[in-house]
Amino acid sequence: MNEQSEARENRLVLAHLFLAMAALTVGAALGLLQALSRAGWMSLPRWFDYYRILTAHGVLNALVFTTFFICGLATLMTYRAIPRSRSLVVGWLAFWVMLLGTVMAAHAILSGKASVLYTFYAPLKASPLFYIGTTLLVVGTWIVLADLAGNALWLSRNRPGERLPLVVHGSVTTFVMWFIATLGVAAEMLFFLIPWSLGWTPTVNVMLTRILFWYFGHPLVYFWIMGAYLVWYNILPQFYHGRIFSDALTRLVFLLLLLLSTPVGLHHEFLEPGIAAGWKWLHTMTTYGVVIPSIMTAFAVFASFEMAARRAGVRGLFRTIAWLPWTNPAFAGPAFGMILFIFGGLGGVVNASYAMDTLVHNTMWIVGHFHVTVGAPVALTFLGISYWMIPRLLGTTLWAPKLALAQTWTWFVGMGIMSTAMHWAGLLGSPRRTDNVAYFGSTVAAAWMPQVHWAAIGGIILLLSMLLFVIVMVGTLRMPRTQSQPMTFASPEEEAMAPAPVLDHIGRWAAVAIALALLAYAGPIHELLEAHAYGAAGMRTW
Amino acid sequence: MHRAERRWLQAGIATLIAFLALIGVAALHDDIVPPSHVETIDPTRVAETPPFDKPGLRQTGPHSYEAYIVAHIFSFDPAHLTVPAGARVTFYATSPDVVHGFFIPGTAVNMMVVPGWVSSATHTFRRAGTYLMLCNEYCGAGHHFMYGAIDVR
Repeated sequence: MNEQSEARENRLVLAHLFLAMAALTVGAALGLLQALSRAGWMSLPRWFDYYRILTAHGVLNALVFTTFFICGLATLMTYRAIPRSRSLVVGWLAFWVMLLGTVMAAHAILSGKASVLYTFYAPLKASPLFYIGTTLLVVGTWIVLADLAGNALWLSRNRPGERLPLVVHGSVTTFVMWFIATLGVAAEMLFFLIPWSLGWTPTVNVMLTRILFWYFGHPLVYFWIMGAYLVWYNILPQFYHGRIFSDALTRLVFLLLLLLSTPVGLHHEFLEPGIAAGWKWLHTMTTYGVVIPSIMTAFAVFASFEMAARRAGVRGLFRTIAWLPWTNPAFAGPAFGMILFIFGGLGGVVNASYAMDTLVHNTMWIVGHFHVTVGAPVALTFLGISYWMIPRLLGTTLWAPKLALAQTWTWFVGMGIMSTAMHWAGLLGSPRRTDNVAYFGSTVAAAWMPQVHWAAIGGIILLLSMLLFVIVMVGTLRMPRTQSQPMTFASPEEEAMAPAPVLDHIGRWAAVAIALALLAYAGPIHELLEAHAYGAAGMRTW
Repeated sequence: MHRAERRWLQAGIATLIAFLALIGVAALHDDIVPPSHVETIDPTRVAETPPFDKPGLRQTGPHSYEAYIVAHIFSFDPAHLTVPAGARVTFYATSPDVVHGFFIPGTAVNMMVVPGWVSSATHTFRRAGTYLMLCNEYCGAGHHFMYGAIDVR
């Protein structure tokens, strides 16, 4: 494997990562505008209204940033773990398809033709450009899966008897899970929304599109989490001279996420008509099931910390915590993310708890929840690990590591303030996705306005943090490209037992995952179809 | 599997089972379930379809009421209700246009209102006061104007 072909691969990975960061930066700036408008501290012009910005913020940060970053990360892990000379045609094709889709959707949103938010609930009817663009973004990721799976197959064919490297196992499993999940949104787009927005079909079955969306919508968040887990398991231990707690456990965690991420989506639809309570109860139970791989991950990550500390002669809870490399921004970012994820996990259990969701559904609590999940553990992990990955991909060193460390701190503090305020406002009843939540002097609304103001303060700190990140990245890009540092991944602790080969048959696990998804959804979808619901014509209400 | 890992997992899974059991008891014993009304309605004929042709409050017993609400862009019809303290109100809501939300902060009345379907939830208003009722699902440019009030006397 020569340096030249590695550099070619690095350019593909960098393209994904920089696009992800650009999307996050623009999205974060739009997020601050929302927070300020909602707090009543500024008013947005009609040509750049709150809901257009909200749609762009959601699409850019939740879909574009995460998807491009995870594609870059998984591609990098797979390519480095399977060194060989390979064609990058498939990889670049995926990138350009995703970029084309993103540009189409962004154009539709910014020109005001698609203020339908990132959940695009019918019968809000956006421009076909928006639906086709987002579909292309998804189709591009399928090409990434083909590339990753192709490399894994090459390994098994050309190196018989060699285990699938842990990072390849995790990357491929993440994308197989993603593929199964995206079938739902692809069906929603191709069979319903695209023909309807083009005027080929007069009406759309609203509840069917919603159930297809949420079939995809929850595993979407596990796609983000699995991207963060890939980093926590395989990269982070190197920063504290540690090892991965267990090879077999890591594989099992990813396989459990493959099995359990999809059959849970109805917990987003607890408050909807047309779905019997029994189905909602079934999905409550399966949602609790998908907590288990996260409990396992919490153990594995903390055990890895502790075992490394003990090898270094450090014992005790507080001494171990203090011993960790908190001055390394590539460690501090993900570690701060883990701290916030504790609250993300606890809040998630509340949301999944059946009728308890009635108290928080569509309130700011939910917005607080996903800002301490995707906005903290995922974003902080991706930003933090960029301080390690980007210089290595460029062949240089990180510019201003102290500034990078300040970025992780400010994000942690800003997100802590903002999400706490959002959770609190939600408990008091403040709705999400709503511009002016003061309700023209309502006394009920007066109770939550202080929290709305605190959320805006958190948002200001977050945008400053985002700017610090951009400054560090620009500085790093301007550093001389002389140093070539190797890109390595952590190795597992020595184990008495070799992991069972059954853990490597991802295809068989995928078949079980599809069966579970069918079992969870066949009943409610059958009942919806039996109900012969009236179609809705759709309209543009913005 | 490591002993500490096994204990950790056992404790975690036991907690999840305990939570599920609590939710199950609350659902079966106290009937605390999410609103899951299954009833269809032609969204193009809401204005002609009883009882939504005459939206509003009906008394059905000494302390019980039914409220029929049409949620449309960008208001509730009716936008104002008055009930006595102690009234047990069952809300029925539907939409002739896009998806809306129907939420009364401070109560457990929170449901999605989907065109083509009728949603329902029940609440007993024990304390007097003015309650806000608002749309908590984005429905368009005037979404934040979509609210009303319930006076409990």
